[in-house]
Amino acid sequence: MTSIPGNSQDKNTIAIHTEELCRHYRMGETFIRAVDGISLQVRCGEFVALLGSSGSGKSSMLNLIAGLDRPTSGTVLVQDRDLARLSREELAKYRLHVVGMVFQSFNLIASMTLAENVELPLRFAEVERGKRENLVREALQRVGLRARMNHRPSELSGGEQQRAALARALINRPQLLLADEPTGNLDSRTGTEIMDLVREFNQKLGMTVVMVTHERALAEQYAQRMIFLADGKLVDDRMVDDRIKDRADFKPAAIPAASGLKGERP
Amino acid sequence: MKINDLTELAVRNLRESVLRNSLTTIGISVGVASLVAMLSLGIGLQQLASRRLVKSGLFDTVVVTSRRDLRNFGREEQRNGPAPGESRILDEAARREIEQLPNVLEAHPDIRFITELRYEDNPHLTMIAALPPSAKSNDAFDGIPGGFFSSDTAPEVIVQKTFAEELLGKTPPAGADETKATDLAAPLLGKELTMRYAQRETTPADGTVSAEDRQNNLAGNAYSVVSRELKLKIVGISDLDPETMRGPTRARVFLPIKLAESLHVMQPTDLREISRSAADQPVYSSLSVRVKNPTRVQPVEDAIKKLGFTTFSILDATRSLRQFFAVLDLFLGIFGSLALAVASIGIVNTLVMAILERRREIGIMKAIGASDGDVKKLFFAEAGAMGILGGFVGVALGWAIGQAINFGTNIYLKRQDVPPEHFWAVPWWLVVGAIGFAFVVSLLSGLYPAGRAARLDPVQALRYE
Repeated sequence: MTSIPGNSQDKNTIAIHTEELCRHYRMGETFIRAVDGISLQVRCGEFVALLGSSGSGKSSMLNLIAGLDRPTSGTVLVQDRDLARLSREELAKYRLHVVGMVFQSFNLIASMTLAENVELPLRFAEVERGKRENLVREALQRVGLRARMNHRPSELSGGEQQRAALARALINRPQLLLADEPTGNLDSRTGTEIMDLVREFNQKLGMTVVMVTHERALAEQYAQRMIFLADGKLVDDRMVDDRIKDRADFKPAAIPAASGLKGERP
Repeated sequence: MKINDLTELAVRNLRESVLRNSLTTIGISVGVASLVAMLSLGIGLQQLASRRLVKSGLFDTVVVTSRRDLRNFGREEQRNGPAPGESRILDEAARREIEQLPNVLEAHPDIRFITELRYEDNPHLTMIAALPPSAKSNDAFDGIPGGFFSSDTAPEVIVQKTFAEELLGKTPPAGADETKATDLAAPLLGKELTMRYAQRETTPADGTVSAEDRQNNLAGNAYSVVSRELKLKIVGISDLDPETMRGPTRARVFLPIKLAESLHVMQPTDLREISRSAADQPVYSSLSVRVKNPTRVQPVEDAIKKLGFTTFSILDATRSLRQFFAVLDLFLGIFGSLALAVASIGIVNTLVMAILERRREIGIMKAIGASDGDVKKLFFAEAGAMGILGGFVGVALGWAIGQAINFGTNIYLKRQDVPPEHFWAVPWWLVVGAIGFAFVVSLLSGLYPAGRAARLDPVQALRYE
């Protein structure tokens, strides 16, 4: 398995850098500080878990890094691109070529076969038809779904769908894999399969991984670093002790106190 | 995204909600069909009318006169052409010059005179006109009992029906059924008429011309008038009614033109010609110029006016006719387009529904790298595909409706003893235009939904279940 070009950068190179990053919005009468002044740095090739309870702002943070959303203030730099300054068109290009995303609900297009779902980013990237077929086959092979490439998502199990979503995230050889609760809809065994694949991408392809999860055990088992969010603020940032992962009686610790979604009037 | 990928995705999306999209496409088809049906009826009627008009030989003819002609003084031609003094003489050289103009088929002198014809010793006074060979295809002489002149110089005549009735003493009383030309043909065809006419013979100048006359350019133009007789064979009976606008006005007997020219019949205008013609070539009071196509009448008229002559055509009459058809087509087009307008609302509705249904899908596409433009183009392609498909089906449907109506009407016409007519025409430009119009209308209808889909916030769209 070859590493993705551009991913073989020095481990000390900064892949993601945020500075006083804020994402505030209004929902009816309520003013919500989904991300509230987060500053952090993620190095190339790092596997980071964003932890927090519901409404802690971890998904909002991920959306900002993915270029799906724009910050209210502060900066978010990914591979030296200031996402806040990119046009909509440039952001789309960034999502197409730099980022691969997987979601809790897989987000495959139900009317398309697996092959067509995986092929879709290649169509947006205007890759030639002949090349596309090979790339799709290769990607599905990597996630063990080659035989099911002509099936529709509804004909597959959740684990298989998530593997297909991983193949799609991988197809344009991105430098960054962003996973939003990738095992949230899966049983633990299937979840482990998926996480093994994510780790493989991180270690063998050199992809930088940012994973949102509320399962501390999962984070401790797979990530190198855990960042805890609560009420849109960074409350803890620590490296995972490698010894924890090897422990036979490994049990995850409780997530640091997080008070869930808190509304505040402007 | 590349165009073939766009098309592929658009068609795939259309197939997903096959019922709804089919219904929308059928809506467009019905709109296009009504547009095609309406316009092809208008065009068909227009073509039918102009076919008839062209065949009548009136609308492709320009009458050329010289302004020097006294009869023009104070008459309608004042507005039209150069001042009398500057106008040229309408002689043989001018005729040839006019004949050489672009789009001119032929230019022949208008020869008509009143004279006496004897049939079985009974004299009949009537107007005689000369016909060029091209008149053979005129619908007044096309397929008449007997036939057309055997040659341009043959001593033959075609008589008009009422004159034939007069010759046979069979003039029907007013209000009675018309006699058929074929009934008159049997006793008359091949019979002889004797025409008595006044021939004009130029007498050479004998030196007795006064100085005053010489100043007035009268020298060498003296002529004498000799009474002549010519036997003519009746070769055809024409149905042409001299009292209508169709065909040479009020003439009831027709001669081949070269024969008529060779007779040098004294014409009313000859009295005036002595005051101007010095040369020894024929001078005409008027020429009939046939134009290739009624639409070319105006440029030909303009070109002849530039040569210094006065022109007259029935173009003005056709102009109002064309105006009528333009208005008719406009109204038919508007009525036809109404259905298409309703169909376009269907497209907007379908696509807005598709956005709601595929909101999450749009969010996914954006998350994996689709630009606003990609999403917009995808919805445009869907609208366009429905438009083109609807256009093709609609044209076929419209054509079928037209054929059915044409067929039905012709059955009715046949029952009424009227010959069948083709008053339905779907020209290629209507086919292309209707499909193109459906495509454009669909794209316009897709404008709002596509813009809305492109502006969707991916984060919101992904949350949508």
